[in-house]
Amino acid sequence: MAAAGGRTLGRSSFSRATSNLVASSSGASGVKIGPNGASFVSSGIPDLDRILGGGFLLGSVVMIMEDTDAPHHLLLLRCFMSQGVVHKQPLLFSGAMKEPVLFLGTLPAPVSSSKEDGRHRAMGPAASSDGRANDEGLRIAWQYKKYFGDDKTSRAEHKDNKQEFSNDFDLRKPLERHLLNGQNIECVSTQDADTLSSLQDCCSAFVSKLPRKDGGSSTAGRIAIQSLCAPQCRYFEKDWDMVSFIRSLKAMVRSSNSVAVVTFPSTVLSNSFCKRWQHLADTLLSIKAIPDEDKDLAKLLTGYQDMVGFLHVHKVAQPNSQVPVILEASTLSLKLRKRRSLVLERLNQAPVDGSSGPSSAASSSCSSQGSQLDF
Amino acid sequence: MEEHGAEDLLCEAMGSAAQVVVVEDCVEAPGAFVLHLLLKRALAGCGSAAFLALAQPFSHYDRVLRKMGCNLSLHRRNERLHFFELLGFPGGAREGTIADSFALLYNEIQRLVEANRAGENEGQFTIVIDDASLLEVVALGSVSDVLDFLHYCFTLTSEMNCKLVILIHEDIYANEENMGLLLHLRYIADLVIKAAPLSTGLAADVHGQLAVVNKGTFSEQRAKAQKVWNFHFKVKENGADFFYPGSRH
Repeated sequence: MAAAGGRTLGRSSFSRATSNLVASSSGASGVKIGPNGASFVSSGIPDLDRILGGGFLLGSVVMIMEDTDAPHHLLLLRCFMSQGVVHKQPLLFSGAMKEPVLFLGTLPAPVSSSKEDGRHRAMGPAASSDGRANDEGLRIAWQYKKYFGDDKTSRAEHKDNKQEFSNDFDLRKPLERHLLNGQNIECVSTQDADTLSSLQDCCSAFVSKLPRKDGGSSTAGRIAIQSLCAPQCRYFEKDWDMVSFIRSLKAMVRSSNSVAVVTFPSTVLSNSFCKRWQHLADTLLSIKAIPDEDKDLAKLLTGYQDMVGFLHVHKVAQPNSQVPVILEASTLSLKLRKRRSLVLERLNQAPVDGSSGPSSAASSSCSSQGSQLDF
Repeated sequence: MEEHGAEDLLCEAMGSAAQVVVVEDCVEAPGAFVLHLLLKRALAGCGSAAFLALAQPFSHYDRVLRKMGCNLSLHRRNERLHFFELLGFPGGAREGTIADSFALLYNEIQRLVEANRAGENEGQFTIVIDDASLLEVVALGSVSDVLDFLHYCFTLTSEMNCKLVILIHEDIYANEENMGLLLHLRYIADLVIKAAPLSTGLAADVHGQLAVVNKGTFSEQRAKAQKVWNFHFKVKENGADFFYPGSRH
């Protein structure tokens, strides 16, 4: 089910085998070497890393289109930033708020591994080497995999207890203060800035400390920009300045060992500028909250109660290749497992209730939601 | 065998004499692979090219083209490929500087074209722009500066007999009020190659469809030839497959 979901298709066969390389081999903390000379950092959500083929690509710009009503993009941004703090990577945060430093107080803490349940770890990248050995032996139906999970988890923990590529984060527990204090963290407020030049200077200063090395052993930096084109910013009207900023951000990030995540409310931009922003993104995601108490949807999808939103993957960064990544499913449900950590799953259509006119009910609900979901 | 025949589908549709080729794409179906194919074709034989790269750094194109059997580093060293890395092209805030930097860029290109013409190995010279939408961003929305620059490049095609290949993101110009650049490019194009996603959505073995519109203005004897071609494509590491809908399974 979830284990098979979102795995990439359409890659050439020679790049497939190396994509499971484990983080600890590369030297730098929290950096994973992938195929085609790519290196990845974790997005902070293990499922998202797996779907994107390893994580966020170093040297790329990730753009997240926000939902108009709900702040779900902040979940992704928090996980991304927390993961960087846990890995002791330099972080630059810019937000459309008065005191962006306060946002750091809301970062989630990693789930301590003793409490970790095995099901998830068995699918995480740390355990993939074990998983592969398992595949060669008997094939076990996926329902029974959970019974083998505990055993596998303990082994994986012993192996790389020091540094994991990605952690699960407990959204209810704030990150410990001492982690934030000793870190290389910069915060910039974009709310009162008249132009983007100060942010641009900050970014270039930040990026210049992280030169790109071919060996891939230098530390990776993370730039997180929240709501770049928020209407409360004074530069909001200057569409061209914003596009130009993203272009120069892209150029800066390309030549350095860092990744930039930019969230933006796409609906406040005009159509053509929204498209420009999307073209400039290397990885493009959009997030949508799901309405409470949508009876049609609840009938259509299993596990509707746990869902908080949908994540749509529009574009996946392709390092040094022209072949587009075609995912098995591009719309995924964002769920809170045990109300704590984020997981992504493929949408599963609920079995139709036979008693209440099955075919007509199913087809009508399908068509009513057709614009939102694609199966 | 089949692949050889399939690759010809684009070549056949393109003909040989098109001087200005405009490649249109959208977010869902990137058309950069067509540009890569055309760059490879431009450098084949004894042709040379000037590549204005605003979208990606050299290392990206180098790796992509190497998998297609075309060594850009080598061509660059032999001065067959003149690569302009314009990722950080100055987008100055003042009006004058943008026009000035475009003028400098054009002078450089013109010098290269003239040098190529004067040299002993007279091959076809091609100017490739990736992509025109970013030129507009460089100019901070000053369309007239971009149009000036493109027009100067266009004059080289008739004066110096060189070719022009331009990528543009078509979906940016869906609104009526800002169509200027796209309409202009369509007007000067001899050949428009348009990449679009399948209406049925994403698929692993069909990445999208291409529409090739051959305006046929460049040779009268092709008047009878097919003017619009539609076929599907699948992008691969070493090139692309082109095929008619339903002809593969």
